[in-house]
Amino acid sequence: MTIEELKALKSDKVVDARGTACPGPLLAAKKAVADIQPGQIMEVLSSDEGTKNDIPKWCKKMNYEFYGSIDEDGIYRLFLKK
Amino acid sequence: MPTDLEKQVQNLQDQLNQLKSTQAKDQISIIVFSGDLDKILASMIIATGARAMDIEVKMFFTFWGTTMLRDKNKTVKGKDFMSKMFGFMLPKGSSQLKLSKLNMSGMGTAMLKGLMKKKNVASLEEMIKTAGELGVHINICQMSMDLMGFKKEEMIDYPNLTYCGVGTYLSDAGESRIQLFI
Repeated sequence: MTIEELKALKSDKVVDARGTACPGPLLAAKKAVADIQPGQIMEVLSSDEGTKNDIPKWCKKMNYEFYGSIDEDGIYRLFLKK
Repeated sequence: MPTDLEKQVQNLQDQLNQLKSTQAKDQISIIVFSGDLDKILASMIIATGARAMDIEVKMFFTFWGTTMLRDKNKTVKGKDFMSKMFGFMLPKGSSQLKLSKLNMSGMGTAMLKGLMKKKNVASLEEMIKTAGELGVHINICQMSMDLMGFKKEEMIDYPNLTYCGVGTYLSDAGESRIQLFI
């Protein structure tokens, strides 16, 4: 997805994991994904750059669809579909 | 030849079942041998991260690793002299562990803990708590406990804690896709 498409996405849930370090964002995502239904969209906010690579791998493992990420001044917004 | 075919199908079915039973599970097995703060931190990050990825985690604490699982607020009576000495000389729980490098009489360890706080890295105590909530299994080597004179009564309260031996480790490792020795 392009940045514009990602920005236009309507997330059903936003997980704010900013300020946490590895494996914080992953744990936060894992916890939050339990609250949404398959087909719903989740957005993960992280200030940890490693998360940008971790979340796609996590999605692959968990069989979720990873849409892409947006960098906003050191904050990473990652989108996925359960 | 339907009976022949049936036999072949049955044969294949049996082989498939056998293969399935020996196939590695989505599980990681970690031996925590070291009692160094840095190495134990690494093992706990991997363990909690694995749970986030829905991977089963079996940790086997042995030798110096067991010191992390002592509860600094618990004391037990009735130890013999050597056990008392060992208990006194070894770290009493996660908060007393030292770095494997740059410890500098505790100064390096204190600095690292300060840095971890500043950079929002969870403390070891928080990680142990999280691991418990996420269902990380902790197995403690009974022989190490006996050798160092640790008693069950002085170990931390943890939801999935088992005392066992090398047999349990080997069985866990055998069915794990990932094995680590830290």
